[in-house]
Amino acid sequence: MAVKNIMIVGVGGQGTLLTSRILGGLTIAGGYDVKLSEVHGMAQRGGSVVTFVRYGEKVAEPIVEEGQADVIIAFERLEALRYAHFLKKDGVLIVNDWRIDPMPVVIGTAQYPEHILETLEQGHRVYRVNATEESRKLGNPRVFNLIVLGVAAQHMDFTKEQWYEVIEKTVPPRTIEINKKAFDVGYTLLS
Amino acid sequence: MAEKVIMLGNEAIARGAYEAGVKVSSAYPGTPSTEISEYLVQYKEEVYEEWAPNEKVAAEVAVGASLAGVRAMACMKHVGLNVAADPLYSVSYMGVNGGLVFVVADDPGLYSSQNEQDTRMVARAAQIPVIEPSDSAEAKEFFKTAFALSEEFDRPFIFRTTTRLAHSQGLVELCERVEPEDKPYVKDIRRTVMMPVNAKQRHIEIEQRGLELAEAANTLPINTVEMRDSKIGVITSGIPYQYVREALPDASVLKLGMVNPLPRKMIEAFASKVETLYIVEELDPVIEEQVKSWGIPAIGKEILTIQGEYSANMLRRAILGETLELKAPAEAPQRPPILCPGCPHRSVYYVLNKLKMHAAGDIGCYTLGAVPPLSVVDTTMCMGSSISTLHGMEKAKGKAYVKNWVAVIGDSTFLHTGVNSLMNMVYNQATGTVMILDNSTTGMTGHQDHAATGKTLQGDPAYAIDIPALCRAMGVKNVVTVNAFDTALLEKTIKEETAKEEVSVIITKSPCVLLDKSKKPLYKALPDQCKKCGMCMKPGCPAMTKLEDGTIRIDDTMCTGCGLCADLCKFGAIELAKAGE
Repeated sequence: MAVKNIMIVGVGGQGTLLTSRILGGLTIAGGYDVKLSEVHGMAQRGGSVVTFVRYGEKVAEPIVEEGQADVIIAFERLEALRYAHFLKKDGVLIVNDWRIDPMPVVIGTAQYPEHILETLEQGHRVYRVNATEESRKLGNPRVFNLIVLGVAAQHMDFTKEQWYEVIEKTVPPRTIEINKKAFDVGYTLLS
Repeated sequence: MAEKVIMLGNEAIARGAYEAGVKVSSAYPGTPSTEISEYLVQYKEEVYEEWAPNEKVAAEVAVGASLAGVRAMACMKHVGLNVAADPLYSVSYMGVNGGLVFVVADDPGLYSSQNEQDTRMVARAAQIPVIEPSDSAEAKEFFKTAFALSEEFDRPFIFRTTTRLAHSQGLVELCERVEPEDKPYVKDIRRTVMMPVNAKQRHIEIEQRGLELAEAANTLPINTVEMRDSKIGVITSGIPYQYVREALPDASVLKLGMVNPLPRKMIEAFASKVETLYIVEELDPVIEEQVKSWGIPAIGKEILTIQGEYSANMLRRAILGETLELKAPAEAPQRPPILCPGCPHRSVYYVLNKLKMHAAGDIGCYTLGAVPPLSVVDTTMCMGSSISTLHGMEKAKGKAYVKNWVAVIGDSTFLHTGVNSLMNMVYNQATGTVMILDNSTTGMTGHQDHAATGKTLQGDPAYAIDIPALCRAMGVKNVVTVNAFDTALLEKTIKEETAKEEVSVIITKSPCVLLDKSKKPLYKALPDQCKKCGMCMKPGCPAMTKLEDGTIRIDDTMCTGCGLCADLCKFGAIELAKAGE
């Protein structure tokens, strides 16, 4: 199998590291060679963060470069815009339809771009989900990232059972049920 | 077949330490090296691990353990090695008893550092051999090799990683722990007391050991030649090896597992078999300059940068001359790192900004007080430097000049190297004011304990250094502790203390908001009461958005209920929506 390139982009603190642990566990369960690259440290304090996941028969480079991503999972609109050029032709962009203002916008030195999703839809296959709102309905807005992963799961090479198994192994024990429920919401939302 | 698991580079190093039979590890947290020590804790039955107050201490602890006769290690980031440089240069002369390895993590691309220095340069200056892995599997295996070579050649080793290696995950095969027998300690001051008469002799001996190791490097299994097409030959090591394999799958490659000293004969033989030789190494031309000094034609930094990280596409462009047609990135406002919602530093900086103060800053999350809208921090250089920088300003321009200056330093950084600087202020009759932003943790690196938190790395209770008492013991007469969120008291205290003709220490004591796992309160904005004055937006809280009509929205997924915004609103337009638990 050719190497598959996935990216998770978002804002530091949104749970990208948890998501990357889940994806790492999955690729092993699938029997692939895998490399993941994460951001720790300063950028995790509310900065723009990106995780690269590459899996296939044999993986050398641990990062995904411009024009190479099969799937980009974006936890926030502006971050989807920032990294969309990493998508390959026919690549899939899954976006949490949510806005977090970066500091230049908060203090009024920059504008949050308007119509991001509409712009992106013109050049890419975009699946949007308001996972933050959906997770609120589940009673825990922190599990929004599992909803986004549920949507992404439809564009990846793993069974629902494999996802479940890895979620069970990865998230804190007392949050297993709500995280699986959140995954289900995403998994059935756009199918 | 052995079990395969996925591991972060740093996790693989910890596993390598376990399998190598390491018994003692000491470290100070520093991105990208921190997780090594955290992953080591799972092996605490077999491996003793600790947080030291700084890297010099950590390195010396490891040296002591090695001299006593066990395998020992210290972990640090690249700039931490500068702090540990003093023991490093001399233990190089002393050699080892049990194997001794310093893990040093470089940060090409400056993800979380103040400079881009190349540890291999320091290692060459200190005559320390360096091993460098290119993925998680090698991180574990090469770590064991480092200990074997350290003992065989009587040299301390540096195990060099980079951010990309440290924070990438890959597959690793687990092996059993093999614990070498403790070596006896044999008193031999000729080797272990570095006074001139002994050091002179040791210098001669270690030069000889260096030559022997350089010779052995030619046949070391971790230095490998992969002959493919002979048109392009590449000498590389570490993570750049992966980019070479991705971009130039047909090229012949000499992959160095040991990057100091270099295997000269191996390199000469490889160079003679390829038409064009490239040297692909991130940061400084360490391999390149040596290879060229031997009269071997090679191409390196003529076409490749000394700044930042490499990538496969970069090599495709530079070496193959490929023009890659890529979409340009969209225009998007930057998203720099920021202080978290509810961070106690924000409150402190809001008050300092209001008082139009300058701050000599330090290394930690609170460095972020340099950027708008807080814009309080004027300097950031290295650990502990805030206090001494402030002192230098006073001695240059007089005590009146520093009345609108303070030094700001975190609790962990204060204990790291700030204490000496404060001692200097007292001793040399300074009048400046030092603010210790005490959030009860090492924040930026992800919440590590330190000597004032009351807990060890292994999770055991420990005596918590009393920071106010420590300051008083050094002779600071004015030591005041204030809650970071009590802006009125903080303002009054800063005015009073900076006006004094003596050293003052103000400790703002409020735990890091990420550390407090209790259910937080939540505030909401009341648009009908809002006068659109913008006061609440001044501290730059990321949970707050100014809407088009000028009123405010508070993001309920981000607000941690610190109440700073409500405190600043004169019109009661921000109120508690939900109490904490």
